[in-house]
Amino acid sequence: MMNIAMPLFSAALPEIFMLCMISFILLIDVCLKEGYRIVTYGLTQLTLIAVFLFAMAQYREYPYPIVTFGDHYVVDKLAILTKLWVLVASFFAFIYARHYIKGRSILYGEYYILGLFAVLGMLIMASAYSFLTIYLGLELLSLSLYAMVALQKDSAAATEAAMKYFIMGALASGLLLYGISILYGVTGSIDILTIGNALQKGLHVHNPAMIFALVFILSGLLFKFGAVPFHMWVPDVYDGAPTSVTLFIASAPKIAAFCITMRILVQALPMLSPAWSSILVVVAVLSMFSGNLLAIAQTNIKRMLAYSSIAHIGYTLLGIISGPTSATGYSAAMFYITTYVIVAAGAFAIIALLSKQGIELDQLDDYRGLNARHPWLAFMMLLLMFSMAGVPPTVGFFAKLGLLAALVEAHYVWLAALALLFAIIGAYYYLRIVMLMYFEEPREDLRSNRIAISPGITTAITLNGMAALILGLLPSALIDVCRISLG
Amino acid sequence: MWFKHIILSLLIWLPVIGAMLVLLTGGDRQARAARFIAFSVALLNLLLCIPLYLAFDPSRFVMQFQENHLWIRAYQIHYALGVDGISLAMIILTNFTGLLVILAGCQAIRVRIAQYMAAFLIMQGMMIGVFAATDAILFYVFWEGMLIPMYLSIGMWGSANRNYAAVKFFLYTFLGSILMLIALLYLYNQTGSFDIQRFYGLHLPIAIQKLIFFAFLLAFAVKVPMWPVHTWLPDAHTEAPAGGSVVLAALMLKLGIYGFLRFSMPIVPQACAHLAGLMIILSLIAIIYIGLVAIVQVDMKKLIAYSSIAHMGFATLGCFMIYGIIRHMAKYQDAYMSLEGAVIQMISHAFGSGAMFLGVGILADRLTSHSRLIKDYSGVAARMPLFAAFFMLFAMSNVGLPGTAGFVGEFMVIMSAFQSHFWVAFTAALTLILASAYTLWMYKRVFFGSIVSNEVAAMKDINWLEKTNYILLAAGVFFIGLYPAPVLNVLHVTIEHLLSISMPPLKV
Repeated sequence: MMNIAMPLFSAALPEIFMLCMISFILLIDVCLKEGYRIVTYGLTQLTLIAVFLFAMAQYREYPYPIVTFGDHYVVDKLAILTKLWVLVASFFAFIYARHYIKGRSILYGEYYILGLFAVLGMLIMASAYSFLTIYLGLELLSLSLYAMVALQKDSAAATEAAMKYFIMGALASGLLLYGISILYGVTGSIDILTIGNALQKGLHVHNPAMIFALVFILSGLLFKFGAVPFHMWVPDVYDGAPTSVTLFIASAPKIAAFCITMRILVQALPMLSPAWSSILVVVAVLSMFSGNLLAIAQTNIKRMLAYSSIAHIGYTLLGIISGPTSATGYSAAMFYITTYVIVAAGAFAIIALLSKQGIELDQLDDYRGLNARHPWLAFMMLLLMFSMAGVPPTVGFFAKLGLLAALVEAHYVWLAALALLFAIIGAYYYLRIVMLMYFEEPREDLRSNRIAISPGITTAITLNGMAALILGLLPSALIDVCRISLG
Repeated sequence: MWFKHIILSLLIWLPVIGAMLVLLTGGDRQARAARFIAFSVALLNLLLCIPLYLAFDPSRFVMQFQENHLWIRAYQIHYALGVDGISLAMIILTNFTGLLVILAGCQAIRVRIAQYMAAFLIMQGMMIGVFAATDAILFYVFWEGMLIPMYLSIGMWGSANRNYAAVKFFLYTFLGSILMLIALLYLYNQTGSFDIQRFYGLHLPIAIQKLIFFAFLLAFAVKVPMWPVHTWLPDAHTEAPAGGSVVLAALMLKLGIYGFLRFSMPIVPQACAHLAGLMIILSLIAIIYIGLVAIVQVDMKKLIAYSSIAHMGFATLGCFMIYGIIRHMAKYQDAYMSLEGAVIQMISHAFGSGAMFLGVGILADRLTSHSRLIKDYSGVAARMPLFAAFFMLFAMSNVGLPGTAGFVGEFMVIMSAFQSHFWVAFTAALTLILASAYTLWMYKRVFFGSIVSNEVAAMKDINWLEKTNYILLAAGVFFIGLYPAPVLNVLHVTIEHLLSISMPPLKV
């Protein structure tokens, strides 16, 4: 007999508040005249700030994990921290988006509302404690993103990208669901807690169907992450989507996806870690290898960063691989993905800022002599690029250091050496951007083109770029936070 | 001295803060302000070395002026600084060279002056950090951190083929350091700390020691550079602006030797003793083969670059000869002399080669084509007699003439080697012939002979700024060459201690 208890609504306060606000903004936006779109924007950002404050309050309020809604929902350090990161990343993504979407007639209220729905999906993912809620959150996020990619109706590339993204994403969701159904068939449960406990007792561990379930679930997750061999959609979508949407896709969802990976692999299926870590070794090596190698051949900076994101996912997986046999693997992976999101958001923001009214300036050539045109923007890009390459004193170095330390502790020294070798290959194309910006003269037609950026966005990009440096000089607090959330 | 506990931090961060200030002056309109700030910061830093030198107690081998703060708790990484005799000498040398580079840059650089000055100031700070760090990760951060300004300075102010040289430089050194990072992480796993001193007491099995040795070797051999991983150096040297070449030759190459002394030899002494033969062979190849390569160069900067590699061969030779000397003769005194020779060579080379690179910069500056080819110059001595005289002195130091800086280190290394390994010493001594050949032949072709073109005929002798630079460098050459006692005094106890911890336990 199932015991039906009243759910603890206050635990889900951020999501509930967010949903109310989205409905409210949707109503308001309908009544707004063209030109007053700033109200929608302001309300959106205020909502994010308010939800951020709620989540902050929860961080203090709940020192221990709370499980409620019939074991489908959890509030623990990992969930709250993921939410905080998602909110900050989305906040910045909307700031950067404003300037960009104004220039190409996609300044609709829908942009923000779809964005907010995506954020809501991510919040649900962060707190999901059963496969059902995970799937719910994931789909809410994905469907909103498909629509956002397609928002630029007059762009063939964007439409194509949206189509690809949708088909691939639907396939991935199918795989994930299929895996979940097998898991349910074997264990009779979709609760992370119940499944984890059952496996802990030694039940089902040697059932071959579990491996099937694991492979399907893992494929679904890796699809969403965009890791090799499920990476085909990444370059096309990153390239085709409006840059502000690319920025959004490349940032917050990565953190949310990392969170559900932790829930599934570490909290539900830790007993299968020999199986999943050996699968992930192959995926990680392939991702680092092909991501870094293919990025070299790109002439479009958005495509280049898309391949680089594949490589960075490979690095993140290294932390998960070393997790079961080291003390710090998971937290190192979390540190890596959060700092990568900061850096990637900054880089895409600069691409978005450089593009003029309707004209994308996303070829590598367009970055020639940026130092002469706008020294500060070039310097920010320099910091971000060196951070991606993992050169001290930027934060990218400490992110890689954490992973390597975990790998060495877990006796994967060869994998650490391989990861660094790929990092060298990767350094080449990041250096090329710096080379173009600093060593070359601007293209003739761009020389007289002044880059005008509003002070607000300059502040945002400065915060973003300097974060890569400051977190590199003082990474201790962030590392500790990651350790706390993944105990 | 009241600021004893922060003096090292001051030395590191003052140039970095200075660089920020310089950048704030903005574009080239305020070039004077940029030059002035950069010069004052560099001068102030050099002046700070005086109390550092005076307060240093040369009779103790422990690290002095220590600073220690927990930096990253999760990995027990400390912001830990401290100097011993060797790092003290290198820090003073860094500040001295830093000032010269800023002075030379005041004249030679005409575009993006603020960024140029900032890059070199940051580089100077990072370099001092490398020499002062006593925490392995802090060391690594400084070690890699200086790649960024160096990369930019080669690429932004270099000559025609600068993109290629800058990327090659960066990737080569980046590649070199990665295995070192893994070795450091392994050592951290063994000791639970990144404190370099804690690594010294480990008695690892010989197989592991060898792996760590090779991991370190790649990092340091690329920096020294040793044959066969030296190919980035001629490119980087040639394409870099004069200031960049000076920093590369006078300081950056020394980081490799410093790494051997600070990491390889004390941490994995048995592996060093085992593989000393290999290191000696590589050093001899650098001395002889690279010396021969230098002779045929047509580009002055390339020639000096190759001669730098050959001279660094002496420093590595001196470091690794100690194992052979001890094994064959068990004479402590000779091993000591060999190691001291290596350290002196490391310091003295900075003056000779740095001055010669500046000289090429001065010459190229006076030609509209900025040519570095020997054939574009001839009869310079007739137009620039003072410059020719100075250059002669530095060339002589490069050759190793007694009384100049270049003589002391080479002589000590060869002398100590002769006691135990005649043929090694004999081969190394051939450099005295090779070095004279390539240096003097170049000197003859550039300075003597008939005047080759109107442009050479119109050359003006060095101005007061260049004179100041050269007087300072000449003082350095004579100081090491004639009265090196103040330097040796500082090094003595440190080298003795280094020797004692770098020796594998003797079999009784």
